[in-house]
Amino acid sequence: MIALIGVGNEFRCDDGIGPAVIASLRDQVPAGVTLTITDGEPTQLLDTWAGADLAVIIDAVMCEPSVPGRIHRTEAVPQPAAMASTHGLGIPDAVRLARALDQTPQRLVIYAVEAADLGFGHGLTPAVAAALPNVTRAVLAEIRS
Amino acid sequence: MSHRTRQLRVSSLARVEGEGALRIVVADGHVEDAQLEIYEPPRFFEAFLRGRAFREAVDITSRICGICPVAYQTSAWNAIEDAWQVPVDDRISALRRLLYCGEWISSHALHIYLLHAPDFLGYPDAVALARDQRPTVERGLALKKAGNAILELVGGRAIHPVNPRVGGFHRAPTAAELAPLAERLRHALDDALTTVRWVAGFDFPELQLDCELAAVHHPGHYAIEQGDLVTTTRSSFPRRDFLEHVTERQVPHSTALYAELDGRRYLTGPLARYSLNFAQLSPLARDAAAAAGLEATCGNPFRSIVVRAVETVYAVEEALRIIGSYDRPDPPAADPTPGAGIGHGVSEAPRGLLYHRYELDAEGVIRDATIIPPTSQNQAAIENDLRRIVSANLGLEDAALTSLCERTIRNYDPCISCSAHFLDLTVEHR
Repeated sequence: MIALIGVGNEFRCDDGIGPAVIASLRDQVPAGVTLTITDGEPTQLLDTWAGADLAVIIDAVMCEPSVPGRIHRTEAVPQPAAMASTHGLGIPDAVRLARALDQTPQRLVIYAVEAADLGFGHGLTPAVAAALPNVTRAVLAEIRS
Repeated sequence: MSHRTRQLRVSSLARVEGEGALRIVVADGHVEDAQLEIYEPPRFFEAFLRGRAFREAVDITSRICGICPVAYQTSAWNAIEDAWQVPVDDRISALRRLLYCGEWISSHALHIYLLHAPDFLGYPDAVALARDQRPTVERGLALKKAGNAILELVGGRAIHPVNPRVGGFHRAPTAAELAPLAERLRHALDDALTTVRWVAGFDFPELQLDCELAAVHHPGHYAIEQGDLVTTTRSSFPRRDFLEHVTERQVPHSTALYAELDGRRYLTGPLARYSLNFAQLSPLARDAAAAAGLEATCGNPFRSIVVRAVETVYAVEEALRIIGSYDRPDPPAADPTPGAGIGHGVSEAPRGLLYHRYELDAEGVIRDATIIPPTSQNQAAIENDLRRIVSANLGLEDAALTSLCERTIRNYDPCISCSAHFLDLTVEHR
């Protein structure tokens, strides 16, 4: 089983890149591949990827300094930040929690696209929109390999 | 003066939709100011809703928050139906309450197990707790999944449900579809009761609220999905008068607006609901509360974890009751007749009172929208707690003080624009 997971919020400009990639993958993936859009809440991620041979996450990332649209691929899990609200739990927390509970996928690949704007608004900025077909192709190549 | 800033790097994957910061000013050994800087989305959505058809409000507002979408949807349809006096069948109301119970169970379980409990048990986070006490965390996740199962079945999916609409639902589930859910919820009820016993054994720091409480109140049951308002002084007022009592003001340090109730600081959420509507909890929930050492009111914010656990018992029980007496609504929705008007809607999001007001024109287009989320109502009370906690613990190192402040904020599970990286603390000594 392969799980492709777009994390983000389409009402926060470039944070919508994950959901946009999932939308563009519809009708392009073979049977046995699940497509999920989520806000990244850890227990939902666990449910989505538990038992998967491969999980690919697509998310936006803010960098300092930033090259909007640049695509990063990693199989390493980033360090989480301290959280004071359930609204702030994220992917790193999910991966660590999954490990503690033996609910990790066999392999986890993370695609992070550098964002220009994560403020309120609808639609990707041009640099991130331009990266969309490249990320989509990369994710498709990932499930074929 | 010490001042830290955090920079996000590639390694920090973005759930970066906002950033929380706490600024504390200490002068002559006492706390002069405590400012919690939070960012929240409703203002953007208020503007975004203007000019949209009324039917879109339910789907658009559900996107404000991934943790409490049903709350936003519910307050939205309540307001629109209020404007047009849409007659909603009791069977539809029951199904809506069931959906909302799903959100309470899911959100409360997430908060209790993954966020709040580690504070009391000396773990840095839920992951460390899971490593040491795996069955406990698994129980919490099972409880949360039971809530999600309701959201998926009644709402169409677990986040941003698509089945609800103004007037009711696109499709109502059959009794046969609900039956397996009941089986699952019976297990969840055991888990919920175990949760109350578990959290009752924690040690709670001493702190008492000193502010007014406000909650939705419904004559028929413990208010969740509809009602009017009640406050500590036992004064009550109809939802249409909300803006006469609650006023918001802008402060420079936050995009959130500060709300006041009749000019006073106040709190909404689990402690307010419990203290104001205790008599309407089920006997089982009241017994669980008593066995956990709670009285008929609770003013210690650290004990909110016990109140959430009691509310979880109640929500599971309510869900079972609704499924047990389920009569499938047919048609699944009332058909609203648009007309120019103004409507007000309230409901109890897991973290507090959520108010919506819509001004609609004759075609049903939204001309104006006001959304007052729980967090802006609670912000002044949270800051007041922070001031008192910091005052009492000024001797602590920055790291320990930051941790105590985070803990204090976690008592309220503020909705910080559906994800914020907490917490940068600035302590300024003058």
